[in-house]
Amino acid sequence: MKILIVDDFSTMRRIIKNLLRDLGFTNTDEADDGNSALPMLKSGKYDFLVTDWNMPGMSGIDLLKAVRADDNLKTLPVLMVTAEAKRDQIVAAAQAGVNGYVVKPFTAAVLKEKIEKIFERIQ
Amino acid sequence: MVNQANNQNLDPEVTEKLKAQATELMAQVNAGDYGKAMSLINDLNEVRDQSLYREVGRLTRSLHEAIRNFQIDPQNPEQQEALSKMSDASDRLEYVVQMTSKAANRTMDLVEDAMPRARLMREQSKLLRDDWQRLRRREMAPAEFRELYGRIDNFFLTSADDAESVYNSLSEILLAQDFQDLTGQVIQKVTTLVKEVEEHLLSLVVMASHVDKITGTVHEIDAPEAVSAEQGVGPQIHAAERTDVVSGQDDVDDLLSSLGF
Repeated sequence: MKILIVDDFSTMRRIIKNLLRDLGFTNTDEADDGNSALPMLKSGKYDFLVTDWNMPGMSGIDLLKAVRADDNLKTLPVLMVTAEAKRDQIVAAAQAGVNGYVVKPFTAAVLKEKIEKIFERIQ
Repeated sequence: MVNQANNQNLDPEVTEKLKAQATELMAQVNAGDYGKAMSLINDLNEVRDQSLYREVGRLTRSLHEAIRNFQIDPQNPEQQEALSKMSDASDRLEYVVQMTSKAANRTMDLVEDAMPRARLMREQSKLLRDDWQRLRRREMAPAEFRELYGRIDNFFLTSADDAESVYNSLSEILLAQDFQDLTGQVIQKVTTLVKEVEEHLLSLVVMASHVDKITGTVHEIDAPEAVSAEQGVGPQIHAAERTDVVSGQDDVDDLLSSLGF
């Protein structure tokens, strides 16, 4: 299971990386926005994408749309972990095809629950 | 300063002139001297214009002063210092970002060091407990017991060291929170500055609206563009009081399940 973590703050990437490791996912890479994440996704054979929304350069929602528009990536499970809390935004993310939405600040238990739910559905 | 700009309070000099000339105008019209009456109307116009110019002049001076108070037009060392207060504010906030990031990374370094030790201690003591119980139930062969004896010895040695190191990490994590004191002070200073600037800005706006009123200027203001949430707007303050914002993960889950998730 190879996971890409996209967030512009290195501390948040590190927190998510640690939580994922606790859940048994040790194979993770990091990117700081959509622009650096997309080429990695295209060449890297990732199984799961965890992304923030608000980032300089390419935002998380644009990254999600780009992933869904790419024939090779369109089935990639995407979990959004973000401080964006407007109802419109959550609806927009759902319409763009997000698989899970975790709003910051979040707990390890919430992250675990959402990730498990996503994989349950896929299997 | 603001009251002076009120166009209801014309100069006494102007009102005197108005009164005098109005009476004279009535007299000339009654007397049938229309030529003189017309030239009086001209004079009246001039008085009005002059008072208008004077008001505008006064407001312009007030505006200028307000702009100077706003500290964007440094003309002496004192104002230069005030201006540097503004750029200093961004430096200060940058410092807050650095401090908080340093503290977060320091804390995570320590946590990442302590967690594997705690996990190892947990695993080792669980193994030893199971073996110990087998020994108590006399289910253990002598060779196995000798091996257990060595492991217990080793566990005492390493667990004391590991506990010590976890303890030290926790105590350093405690110290790493000292940023809150420093960043708190910095943020309070910046907040005070923002409030000051807000007050100056407000008096600028009031002043400008008086100038508009006096000169009869009407601005065509386009409706502000709706901010697109596409780019992301960051964390919401007072989320609990708003209906367009979710107040936590439960809200998100409810919303998503209402959409069929």
